[in-house]
Amino acid sequence: MLAKRIIPCLDVDAGRVVKGVKFVDIRDAGDPVEVARRYNEEGADEITFLDITASSDDRDTIVHVVEQVASEVFIPLTVGGGIRSADDIRRMLNAGADKVAINTAAVFNPEFVKQATERFGSQCIVVAIDAKQVSREGEPLKWEIFTHGGRKPTGLDAIEWAKRMSDYGAGEILLTSMDRDGTKIGFDNALTRAIVDAVPIPVIASGGVGNLQHLVDGVKQGGADAVLAASIFHFAEYTVGEAKQFMQDQDVEVRL
Amino acid sequence: MAQRITVIDYGMGNLRSVAKAVEHVAAEDDEVLVSDDPKLILDSDRVVFPGQGAARDCMAAISDHHLNRAILDAAQSKPFLGICMGQQVLLNFSEENDGTRLLGLFDGNVHRFPGGVAPDGEALKIPHMGWNQVHQGYEHPLWHGIEQDSRFYFVHSYYVDPVQQDLVAATTDYGVSFASAIATRNLFAVQFHPEKSADAGLQLLQNFVYWKV
Repeated sequence: MLAKRIIPCLDVDAGRVVKGVKFVDIRDAGDPVEVARRYNEEGADEITFLDITASSDDRDTIVHVVEQVASEVFIPLTVGGGIRSADDIRRMLNAGADKVAINTAAVFNPEFVKQATERFGSQCIVVAIDAKQVSREGEPLKWEIFTHGGRKPTGLDAIEWAKRMSDYGAGEILLTSMDRDGTKIGFDNALTRAIVDAVPIPVIASGGVGNLQHLVDGVKQGGADAVLAASIFHFAEYTVGEAKQFMQDQDVEVRL
Repeated sequence: MAQRITVIDYGMGNLRSVAKAVEHVAAEDDEVLVSDDPKLILDSDRVVFPGQGAARDCMAAISDHHLNRAILDAAQSKPFLGICMGQQVLLNFSEENDGTRLLGLFDGNVHRFPGGVAPDGEALKIPHMGWNQVHQGYEHPLWHGIEQDSRFYFVHSYYVDPVQQDLVAATTDYGVSFASAIATRNLFAVQFHPEKSADAGLQLLQNFVYWKV
């Protein structure tokens, strides 16, 4: 049976992992290669890098990060952040990424996703969706797509958008709840379930993980195919191995 | 003794990961080449044949690079490792792209997954993407040091169905039980990606690098 995937996510700024990593026995805690190697040893099923570099001058550094990591860490690697053109995709894949995550560029130019999947194959195109609940209490649940870190509404309904991206050939959806991101109170499982039920492609739940039960809930309640988390692994609250053992104990199929 | 291992490059997909993973497990003085030169391929001690993308594009690329003969010769004469599309194109015919004729080294076809719902209620999404179990059909040097039913990383929508069942070196369940590895005296071809399958994948690649045919 196919295992549910656990995906640690690294925010990379100008070639360094940010959000403060606290592994005591790693000298250079901000080195993405060392962190990626550590996650791989703990049993991560994939690793996602989000390039949050603001300056375009520093954009090239993520390519070198991917090159270095891909030379020594042999699990699937996804890169997101600033992917706007076919050239961006090609550079990342050539550097050793297996998939790229497209977010803002998809919102501004949905055809880009279609062109990208036709050219590079669905298997390497992930569409990242940042969604926020817009329905009020008592109303039927409704989520909208936001850009710019959750600040700009787009008027796009999250479920309709996910369906469209899937129709355009996206191989996977990386779904982040902007309401939950950074809160540590758990995924928005109603959102995940709504998207999972709407599209035939795998959905990665993201945003809000604060403990290991949240990962289980994302799979069991949300129906996610994979769960992504950053801070619980960064701050060494839990290892990936502990997360997987916990999930297996709760009858979730994982690779141990 | 130093050996030359050539990864066949026919313009389909990213070979960097495959080459890097082979380098990672090979001896220091082994040479790992990435090449589309038929002569270099046939002069190599071992050949790795990866691939991704659609069947028709793959076959067109093989033909454009004049590699049909070299691939078939290598596949019958020296240690040869097919990966993903590099397994599928060894069969006769694929359902992909409204039907695509393949290299035809082995009788049998390549089918699309049926999808649907597994007995436990899980949706069988297509592509089959992620870590699934590989059930070894028999002892083989390439399974050395790899536990029975270990998980490997898969990304594919089609699977091989060889006529000759004794070719099947491993099976995997995904709605159907399919041949996730096939083998002959000198050839091993897998649907999963050993270069992306962490320790189990590296072990398999290392076994290939030291495989005495």
